[in-house]
Amino acid sequence: MNSNDQYDYAEHLAQIPHSNALGLKMLSFSDDKCELSIPYAPHLVGDPETGVVHGGAITALLDNAAGMVARPVDMPRDTASIATLDMRIDYMCAAAPNQDIIAHAHCFKRTKNVAFVRAVAYQQNMDDPVATCTATFMLGTRNKAFATTS
Amino acid sequence: MKFLEQLRNEGRGQDLEAIINHIPYAKFLGLQVEQQGNEVITVLPFQDHLVGNTTLPAIHGGAVGAMLEMTALLQLLYDTQCQGLPKTIDVSIDYLRSARGTTTYGRAIVTRRGRRIANVRSELWQEQRDKPVAACHGHFLLKPATS
Repeated sequence: MNSNDQYDYAEHLAQIPHSNALGLKMLSFSDDKCELSIPYAPHLVGDPETGVVHGGAITALLDNAAGMVARPVDMPRDTASIATLDMRIDYMCAAAPNQDIIAHAHCFKRTKNVAFVRAVAYQQNMDDPVATCTATFMLGTRNKAFATTS
Repeated sequence: MKFLEQLRNEGRGQDLEAIINHIPYAKFLGLQVEQQGNEVITVLPFQDHLVGNTTLPAIHGGAVGAMLEMTALLQLLYDTQCQGLPKTIDVSIDYLRSARGTTTYGRAIVTRRGRRIANVRSELWQEQRDKPVAACHGHFLLKPATS
């Protein structure tokens, strides 16, 4: 029912409050690859004297891109979810101010339970990354609201 | 970072609240800081814009990662009394539990501080300190090489 052709990934991204607050944009999506961008914005800055974006914003961008591509397209969205197990990020250089940062994520292996993803964050050239990332995701965790604690 | 130099000159090299207020991204997240002796505790009150999964609901993994990194950096700034803003080299994050829609707390330990590199571990918890929601270890460059 949620085939790749029918599901609106850009709309899905816009519905995630934190992604929306960060201003994340969907650039492209396929079964095993996706590209998201984060437009430069003043509230993302980590060092006001240089205007360089905070590493945390890049973490959020990479996590979002990696998570979206990890999920098998035929996994039912209403009942099943995925969970990030771990994520390692290497920061290669400071991102240039006033420029978008793009995350390119590639899910290179899915087993029954786990998806393995590599991602890079870059600005002008994918071969000159701002950051690289390796992440693993648990597939098919339950997607059910938590019981409210009194 | 001129701001850190200024703080240090004013004898406020360990005034982390002033630093947080100076970082736009920390303000965007709504991060706060409490100092208990030599331990720095970061506090992230829950806000709707932090949500990554609306069904559960749970805080976005990116916000969790950002808080882990910020907690490590703040403990490092405190320990070094703001001798410059450390640069993050890498972080390895373990997501242990869903971070739910409530206040999140963070702490960090500098496991080794060398001349150029520091190793820092940080962790976040919510209702129970012995049930962390995420843990991280990272490497930070203390004195960027001057060429």
